[in-house]
Amino acid sequence: MSAPSDAVLSVRNVTKVIRGREIIKGISFEVYAGEVFGFLGPNGAGKTTTIRMLVDLIKPTSGTIEVGGVDVHRNHNQAMKQVGCIVENPELYSYLTGWENLEHFGRMIPGVTRERIREAAEIVGMDKRIHDKVKTYSLGMRQRLGIAQALLGRPRLLILDEPTNGLDPQGIKEMRRFIRRLAEAGLSVFVSSHLLSEIQLMCDRVAIISQGRVLAVGRVEELLEQLGQRVVWTLSSEGGRDLLASHPGVAILPGTRQPGDGEPENGRFHVSAKMNPDLVPALNSLLVKAGIGVYSIEMKNPSLEDLFLSLTEGEHID
Amino acid sequence: MTSLYPLIKNETLKMLKKKRFLVVVLILLVLIPIFTYAQMKVAQNLKKQFGTEDWRVTTQQQIIDYTNSLSSNRVPEEWKKWRKVQVELLQYSLDHNINPADPNGVTFARDFMKNAVGLFIPLLVAVLASDIVSSEHSTGTIKLLLTRPVARWRVLMSKLVTLVLFTSLIVLATGVLSYLISGFVFGFRGWTVPVLTGFRLNGADVDFSRVHAVPQWLYLFMEFGLAWFSCLAVACLSLMVSVIVRSTAAGMGIMLAALIAGTILSNMVSTWESAKYLFMVNLETVDYLTGTLPPIPGQTLPFSLAVLAVWALAGLTVAFTVFTRKDVLH
Repeated sequence: MSAPSDAVLSVRNVTKVIRGREIIKGISFEVYAGEVFGFLGPNGAGKTTTIRMLVDLIKPTSGTIEVGGVDVHRNHNQAMKQVGCIVENPELYSYLTGWENLEHFGRMIPGVTRERIREAAEIVGMDKRIHDKVKTYSLGMRQRLGIAQALLGRPRLLILDEPTNGLDPQGIKEMRRFIRRLAEAGLSVFVSSHLLSEIQLMCDRVAIISQGRVLAVGRVEELLEQLGQRVVWTLSSEGGRDLLASHPGVAILPGTRQPGDGEPENGRFHVSAKMNPDLVPALNSLLVKAGIGVYSIEMKNPSLEDLFLSLTEGEHID
Repeated sequence: MTSLYPLIKNETLKMLKKKRFLVVVLILLVLIPIFTYAQMKVAQNLKKQFGTEDWRVTTQQQIIDYTNSLSSNRVPEEWKKWRKVQVELLQYSLDHNINPADPNGVTFARDFMKNAVGLFIPLLVAVLASDIVSSEHSTGTIKLLLTRPVARWRVLMSKLVTLVLFTSLIVLATGVLSYLISGFVFGFRGWTVPVLTGFRLNGADVDFSRVHAVPQWLYLFMEFGLAWFSCLAVACLSLMVSVIVRSTAAGMGIMLAALIAGTILSNMVSTWESAKYLFMVNLETVDYLTGTLPPIPGQTLPFSLAVLAVWALAGLTVAFTVFTRKDVLH
């Protein structure tokens, strides 16, 4: 029994109150089959609390969470059969070997055979050191063992909390490729991150969360399109800013401050504006007529960072 | 639906790999020889005091004294019965040529458990039990454990069963090790030696009317059964503490404090009668077999067992309720 439009995970109007404080303020989103879904927000936005609710570690105060049409709290076993997860760090039993850890969690899922354990270890490339104690593993290896553990029960949905945290650049790249491969094999992957570049590189769709609210959900490109293109002008006098601002269809972006933005630098002023690139020639001639020198005109493709900043109006993100 | 068996296998495996049980066995292996040595010193000292006398002669004299007192009219009826049983016992030692003052492997195991049930063995149980849930929290593995397609109560149930298993093993290991180690010094005989039991507590008085002798193996069996029950109660309460207190060190501290408070209270609260409802002053169930007066008047064997059972069940109820309901936030 699958929900309409093939939603593997659907979250509807979920709130969570902890010690009288509303941590999650009514969030909704859906994750579809075979996609990598990014869950983006600064630290403390409620990402981990949400993930814990997705896997029934925390009970929502109100709202419903369904995996494959099954409520995760009311029907824990049926729902969790379809989910593999790593919540925060890949914490496994350090006094057991990798293999023993997989066996341990395999025993808790019906139908996991030795063969399947070997397969899972192979998928993550752990087959060589699988019989060593976990305490001798590097963080990257623990991360991979964690994923092997999550894949044991052949889940439909994989939930990874900050999967690239603490990995070196090479490890991050591998992880990204690995997650894409899993999605191509038909798995839905839910990835949380506080790093915009991460999400932009590996996700099909994204939900942006801040202070317990989902600010936007959609395909990454669509969201960026909404934002419109950005043009950075380098001008000889500050008067150019007012001239640009007075033109219809142009919005000066104060939030997207970059080094030297709006500040004089060798007598040059940078002004970044949200506008349709078609307006550039007309504006250029206007500026020239007004006696303002134009040093450069840069078209900037919007990044998720711009999107985030415009949604949160300058709330800090690293 | 996964059956409970693989979960118990998991817990048993973790318990063994964590080497907690090994530590408990090592503690026993170090301490029992020390106690054996102490016991040996006591026996040697006794021999020195009565060195020249033959124990057979003194025992014979004791039998004559007791038998004489039986015919006296001034001795109450109840006492006479008690004396009769004692005479039987002394006669047995003469017949089988066993000096009643001489220790052997079986009497050592018996005495050791009698002294250990109040604090020592419960401490070992608490050491083993108090991290069984809290360690999953401190390592973060609780998040994996509770996101499997297994109901939470089953996870806790598997931990409880494993705990019962290892508590039984501790009691068993204590018996076997104390018998074997002391047996090397005192000899392995003594299984059939009669031991007095059947004392009944009547308010502050000990009622001797039902006293009778049982073979030592049967006595040992009863004693270890009672000790096992006390330990199970401690295990259940440790499990509760482990569920509620997320820090293993704090949980262990709480259990140790409670158990030690029990021995202190036993020595001072004979006037505070309602203290008898505390679990920790009821752990010395073995004392009822030997007719030792309980720390608080009104305590009897059934009373102590009932108090322990109620505490254990209450502990389990709290443990299961909290474990199945509580959000895993950290």
